[in-house]
Amino acid sequence: MSYVIEMLNITKAFPGIIANDNVTLQVKQGEIHALLGENGAGKSTLMSILFGLYQPDEGIIKVRGDVVRIKSPNDANDLQIGMVHQHFKLVENYTVLENIILGREDRKYGFLTKQKAREKILSLAEHYGLHIDLDAKIEDITVGMQQRVEILKMLYRDADILIFDEPTAVLTPQEISELMNNMRNMIKEGKSIILITHKLNEIKSVADRCSVLRKGKYIGTVDVKDTSIEKMAEMMVGRKVSFYIDRDEATPGDVILEVSNINHLNDFTKHNDLKDVSFEVRSGEIVVIAGIEGNGQSQLAGVITGLNNPSSGQIHLNGIDITRKSIRQKTLSGISHIPEDRHKHGLVLDFNLAENLILQTYFTDEFQKYGFFKFKKIHDKSEHLIDNFDIRSAQRGKTLMRSMSGGNQQKAIIARELSRPMDLVVAVQPTRGLDVGAIEYIHKQLIHLRNEKKAILVFSLELDEVFAIADRILVMFEGRIVANLLTKDTNENELGLYMSGSKEA
Amino acid sequence: MKKFWQTSAVEKTLATLISIVAGLLFGLIIMLIINPPMAFGGLGAIITAGFLEGGSSMGRVLFNAAPLIITGLAVAFAFKTGLFNIGVSGQLMIGAFCAVYVGVKWNLPPSIHWLVALLAGVVGGAVWAIIPALLKAFRNVHEVVATIMMNYIAMYTSKMLIEATIYDTVRQEAQQVVVGARIPTMGLDQLFGYDKINGGIIIAIIAAIIIYILLEKTTFGFQLKAVGFNRNAARYAGVNDRSNIVYSLIISGALAGLAGAVIYLVSGTGMKLETSYVISPYGFQGIAVALLGMSNPLGTLAAGFFFGYIEAANQELQSWDFKREIIDIISSSIIYFSAFTLFFQKYARKVVAFFSSFNKPKGDKTPPSGGEIKPNDTLSLEGGQENGK
Repeated sequence: MSYVIEMLNITKAFPGIIANDNVTLQVKQGEIHALLGENGAGKSTLMSILFGLYQPDEGIIKVRGDVVRIKSPNDANDLQIGMVHQHFKLVENYTVLENIILGREDRKYGFLTKQKAREKILSLAEHYGLHIDLDAKIEDITVGMQQRVEILKMLYRDADILIFDEPTAVLTPQEISELMNNMRNMIKEGKSIILITHKLNEIKSVADRCSVLRKGKYIGTVDVKDTSIEKMAEMMVGRKVSFYIDRDEATPGDVILEVSNINHLNDFTKHNDLKDVSFEVRSGEIVVIAGIEGNGQSQLAGVITGLNNPSSGQIHLNGIDITRKSIRQKTLSGISHIPEDRHKHGLVLDFNLAENLILQTYFTDEFQKYGFFKFKKIHDKSEHLIDNFDIRSAQRGKTLMRSMSGGNQQKAIIARELSRPMDLVVAVQPTRGLDVGAIEYIHKQLIHLRNEKKAILVFSLELDEVFAIADRILVMFEGRIVANLLTKDTNENELGLYMSGSKEA
Repeated sequence: MKKFWQTSAVEKTLATLISIVAGLLFGLIIMLIINPPMAFGGLGAIITAGFLEGGSSMGRVLFNAAPLIITGLAVAFAFKTGLFNIGVSGQLMIGAFCAVYVGVKWNLPPSIHWLVALLAGVVGGAVWAIIPALLKAFRNVHEVVATIMMNYIAMYTSKMLIEATIYDTVRQEAQQVVVGARIPTMGLDQLFGYDKINGGIIIAIIAAIIIYILLEKTTFGFQLKAVGFNRNAARYAGVNDRSNIVYSLIISGALAGLAGAVIYLVSGTGMKLETSYVISPYGFQGIAVALLGMSNPLGTLAAGFFFGYIEAANQELQSWDFKREIIDIISSSIIYFSAFTLFFQKYARKVVAFFSSFNKPKGDKTPPSGGEIKPNDTLSLEGGQENGK
């Protein structure tokens, strides 16, 4: 069997960390090869080496049997290697056509001609079933469409080794199955695909073989059809993982959070990105707001926690109107907030762990007297939280937040937010970018709080997460709540229809 | 405290020392080009500037250092709270005018006159910083742009105010402050046997200690730093980001005003407040001091002493037939090299690792056996460190 890509004994070190330690990846001609690993396992580094962004310290790369040195993405292009990045690299206010030809423009007498390119792209789109309006601007089309543009961009450059970096993170269930079909089509045409992901279901449904990395080390390669999801998870994490957390049925109590007729004006577009949003969350239940990214979830979370101001409507917490209260007043009245973007909002990366753990409470009498810190108390608090929440760091409280891993940074936020007195937890994508082990941990914490009769409001983009923890599901679409469902009465398909706006309750 | 010395502080200090040596060598090269026979003598003059004439040399170093330390603190404090106050010069000029005005016009008992004049300088600098502070906090106007503009406005304003109120038409400069308004010598003149020195250095050291305590030990400093490092996270934590931006620029401006007062509340033989179309260079020297001190108040204190030290070589250098600008060339190349050493640190580590690898036995590398799971992989889940991101 011939290998189209062979990366043999690749080692790549960065100061303080070995990102790839003697890793080998062999991709056969015409297969979908999944590259599985937790965050920080070295998947991205390995692919960056293949794409010419980094040079390996040791090891060799063979493409179609020949040893090559890939010094830049241009070399990778010449070897017909293409990559769809997790964050698309498109020019927002250019058309689809312009984005596809960017960097490979045809010229006539020094002037740009598009006709030949248009014909080639149309025939490619026809051939692979990637239908798209070539004259639409990127900013006007959906994320799924944008991904198609990226795929066409690779095909236009005659790539036949395609790398997909976490391609499903931003897609609806329907778009995901469409993408899977497109991938299968491309394989039929003789292309080879490397799929980077940490979602096991996707690997099971589409990949032929799967290579697993863990902490920069190569763990092994398996045939997907002979291997169970549980086995792959174990290879990835290094221990057994439970996917389903046992829990009793919710017994909702009093209304804790009541949101009524909230509208919010977007400062840039001057349109309402929240339209008459009303719902309530009771004590002892987990309500999950599902939806595709960018349908108003961030704004809604901001309005509830105080980061954004609503243009109209009311928010009541325990029956008290908190609509116009400051962020600190809201914090003190019993709202814990696990923010969407832990680097932007949740943490001060240049502070150490202990300082981050008191970020919300540094001004209370527990930690200061006459404006001077009680360092002993701060130390005790951080020791307590580090042990209780199992936050791992090199120098405990003194560790600089920037040097900690993503999962432990998130644990620090969770420790801080869940250890203060509160009635309501607002968690926005609390497991985004985390690996299976950390996700399991966070879900257990949230369910534990629910059992203690707290009200929990979670915003999630991942359907797996929605079904793992929700007692009740609200679906947001274009700034409105379009469905209010009990988890036991619905399924992924129905939710997908609501999320894409094709169905409304 | 023991731990403090083991951490990166040592590494940083070493890096700074290396950059100082490199800067001096660069200065030597320049002197070798200009005037080869005198070059080593010139370098010697710079190195021995602080003790050539015993106590009085030391006194000169301390006298030079005081304003450098305070302007350095003004810049460093703003840096620490996420702002680049390039307007220290303007705030200093306004502060200096206020201080000298009180020193000339007001009639107060000598024991408090200098203190009142000093305070007037502090208030003047603080007030001048309010405008860019408000613009930054409420209209998001970048403080660099606003403070540069305020520098020019300060230059013309102070010229106009001096000429309208405290002008000495014969000398074409501001009048001398009365004796009681001069900063007292606090016994330092006798200690060092240098008659120009005054209590400015003591004020500078006290200011450095206060700023250190403010930043490291108080909730107020915590708030200011949080806003500086990450305005969004501070807001999320319930900190009022706008008012904290205003406070931090005002404090920076107050320090600049203090520096202005310390420079100009001196006898007739010292610095005089001139009316020319020049922005005070002290503010920009403060940027150099803060950079070399890595924005740490105590580091700034040390950096201020260092710059005061090489500044003291001024006269001696002239006897070796060099212009004083050599000192400025050395000062600025040190700043460049201090940026370089951080860059070289990375390679320094590699060199250390290279030499230490000889002591270890070579690790055996087995090729991976693709296609099977290794059973001896222990079941461990360390979150641990993830460096270099």
